[in-house]
Amino acid sequence: MASADSDSGPGTDIPLAVKILIAGGFGAGKTTMVGSVSEITPLSTEEIMTEASMGVDDLGGVEDKTTTTVALDFGRITIDEKVVLYLFGTPGQGRFWFMWDELAAGALGSVVIADTRRLDSCFPAVDFFEHRDIPFVVAVNRFEGACDYTPEEVRDAVDLGGDVPVLMTDARDRDSGKRVLIALVEHVMRRRSPALSG
Amino acid sequence: MRTPGEHRNGAAARGAPLRGPARSRDPGPAAARTRRRGPAAPDARTTGATSHFDAAAGSLVRPYTMTGGRTRPAGSGLDMISIVVTTRERVDWTALEPEHAAILRLCRRPVSVAELSAQLDIPMTVVKVLLGDLIARGDVLARAPLPPAELPELTLLQAVLDGIRRL
Repeated sequence: MASADSDSGPGTDIPLAVKILIAGGFGAGKTTMVGSVSEITPLSTEEIMTEASMGVDDLGGVEDKTTTTVALDFGRITIDEKVVLYLFGTPGQGRFWFMWDELAAGALGSVVIADTRRLDSCFPAVDFFEHRDIPFVVAVNRFEGACDYTPEEVRDAVDLGGDVPVLMTDARDRDSGKRVLIALVEHVMRRRSPALSG
Repeated sequence: MRTPGEHRNGAAARGAPLRGPARSRDPGPAAARTRRRGPAAPDARTTGATSHFDAAAGSLVRPYTMTGGRTRPAGSGLDMISIVVTTRERVDWTALEPEHAAILRLCRRPVSVAELSAQLDIPMTVVKVLLGDLIARGDVLARAPLPPAELPELTLLQAVLDGIRRL
């Protein structure tokens, strides 16, 4: 294993990376929120998904198999000299669910952006994080004054558990995005605390 | 409260939409504003001298050509947010393939696999293979993120919280 652990060795100077996912339906404002809080212009990377990605080591002879490229947008926040936070927008299309598993592995938690014009578009993301017991908050994006719902109305409509924070947000606004991320990390910490004391 | 798995196919089954009019409301110009599908933004493309990308045709090189057909890094266990950094002050550049050299130049400072992929315009899977070569040669050191099974320490979460508040 080439990775350095956090206690010793020459890798101690290398920052630890953590990630938070920004999920939601197509056009809900995921990349906008990433961009509003990221210290860099959001970058786009690609992951090639083939059957080779699922366990075959060599592409020889599989040229006829379908190759899909999944684009991922992400941003970065340097926490301090030891920790870097990455924000990954999840692919909006359902056919990229397998990518969500890789993205979700090791994530601190997720922001699910709800678009009140198409509230049902956030349901798959909510289901995904609930099933995997990944902590998340729901951020209701205000679109040009289109949102006149209360967080409680959204909570009922999405059928959220009582402990899941629901916040109103403007994905374009940096302070608003900060508040959402703070609410998520505080939520993650609240969920962790009972495990420590118990 | 639903039980897990009850609404596996999600959207249709989950909750009723809010009041009717919201669905027919004109979404306006904001609707399509944010979504950019497909390859990276033009500014990311034009900065790298090694771009194999053509805006109309997509990548001009089969993605695994530069790895000799290999699709997996050799035991490096790299994650998309593994942080990598060069280990050497002096590198024998003449012994390097161009893609390896490009990676080494970019990771003089600690950088993630995902950032390398975006900056070089090379898919992450390919970057991982090339990084695996460099790690095997001892040119690059990597730090893996927390294992998925390991819950983050509260001290780490507090540091993240403080960092976000300072933004």
